[in-house]
Amino acid sequence: MVSELINANPIIYEKKERRPRTAPSAPHDEYAVELIDQQEDPEHPYSLEELKVITEEAVEVDDQRNYVRVMFTPTVEHCSMATVIGLCLRVKLMRSLPSRYKVDIRVAPGSHATEAAVNKQLNDKERVAAALENSNLLNMVDDCLAPSYD
Amino acid sequence: MMELKEIQRLEGHTDKVWSLAWNPTTGHAGIPLVFASCSGDKTVRIWEQNLSSGLWACTAVLDETHTRTVRSCAWSPSGKLLATASFDATTAIWENVGGDFECVSTLEGHENEVKCVSWNAAGTLLATCSRDKSVWIWEVLPGNEFECVSVLQGHSQDVKMVKWHPTEDILFSCSYDNSVKVWADEGDSDDWQCVQTLGEPNNGHTSTVWALSFNVSGDKMVTCSDDLTLKVWETESVGTQSGGGFAPWTHLCTLSGYHDRTIFSVHWSREGIFASGAADNAIRLFVDDNESQVGGPLYKLLLKKEKAHDMDINSVQWSPGEKPVLASASDDGTIKVWELTSY
Repeated sequence: MVSELINANPIIYEKKERRPRTAPSAPHDEYAVELIDQQEDPEHPYSLEELKVITEEAVEVDDQRNYVRVMFTPTVEHCSMATVIGLCLRVKLMRSLPSRYKVDIRVAPGSHATEAAVNKQLNDKERVAAALENSNLLNMVDDCLAPSYD
Repeated sequence: MMELKEIQRLEGHTDKVWSLAWNPTTGHAGIPLVFASCSGDKTVRIWEQNLSSGLWACTAVLDETHTRTVRSCAWSPSGKLLATASFDATTAIWENVGGDFECVSTLEGHENEVKCVSWNAAGTLLATCSRDKSVWIWEVLPGNEFECVSVLQGHSQDVKMVKWHPTEDILFSCSYDNSVKVWADEGDSDDWQCVQTLGEPNNGHTSTVWALSFNVSGDKMVTCSDDLTLKVWETESVGTQSGGGFAPWTHLCTLSGYHDRTIFSVHWSREGIFASGAADNAIRLFVDDNESQVGGPLYKLLLKKEKAHDMDINSVQWSPGEKPVLASASDDGTIKVWELTSY
């Protein structure tokens, strides 16, 4: 695990109130956010929404084109957990959305020191597939996602 | 008008189908067509065409050898051996003994995921590549022994594919570092060197290069990329020059605007048609553009097949048989066999 916190004092935002809903046949933005907003930052016991890593506005769902785009904002621009957070978001969406959806996950422009490298890795499906066969990484992802299944 | 007609949809794999390879010695002289497919379900399947019905059936499942995804497979030119590359960091060699496939050798050495394996034209050399950024060349020795003769470092990121030239012992590798590298043995002592890098400065790709394929004469190749383009390259002469030395490859043209997600696979048929398969679930076929003006496009779209699969297409491969038959492998767990027909 991480011995030293990368961002020891993150700003905590209030979680947005949302009506509970069951999975609609045609997911839209709010539903997709709800799917992922309960995930924890691997470093902090706060959800990604409370840390404003992910916001409702940063998730775009195009149901006609079976397309989802997620933009997340790491709390610090040298966040070494960015790829793990991105991987958690991808796994959550893979497990929750119908397989017909194409998902692109990116860090917000200017939010990360190695933005292009992080984006490239997160969207290389061969690397994602290999990462998810790594039991240590998969356990970490499952730990992050656990609260989102409560 | 041409049409890509679906002959059969093959089910059996329980996860993504990453790659497929036709046995090059099948499809002629009454020998039924055979191909192998490999998957995230850790298995390899062998499919054979029934000569009377024309349909394919799975005749063997190669399992309990690889412990992780099997990413690619390749038949030896003799069609007797099948090599399979896995995320478990090994490459397995399978021998076909009367229809039964037996794992006769396991090649170890890469630090992590092996992504591709390729046999040279003579079947005397094997190349593998990995996320560890290296390309290994193995010599095929008698008794199913394989000896690593060279470890090629040069790519700065994972190497996605290796492919030998169809007639010469020249090796091509493409990578997550956006480049294609050309490797040749310039001495006679296994002194393999990178003789050319096709990258952004020489009109190369601007993102991961996923695959490449040669035309039948070996003087052209096509590459495909995450940058959503296909590029065709040419060389002036194939083969060892009389004075020694290597004839470099140059960019001929770029085909863009045909796929709107990553292009994972491209394959050139003997008839001169190249097929591309992409993450947009579509297959595209391209041919020589005879009417092209000087400076205009040299290849034109022959046909597009939208929704060829329900998910990403990872591999498209033309069969070695007499008819123009194409097989495609997808994240949806299926393989489809298509025939190109005119109507």
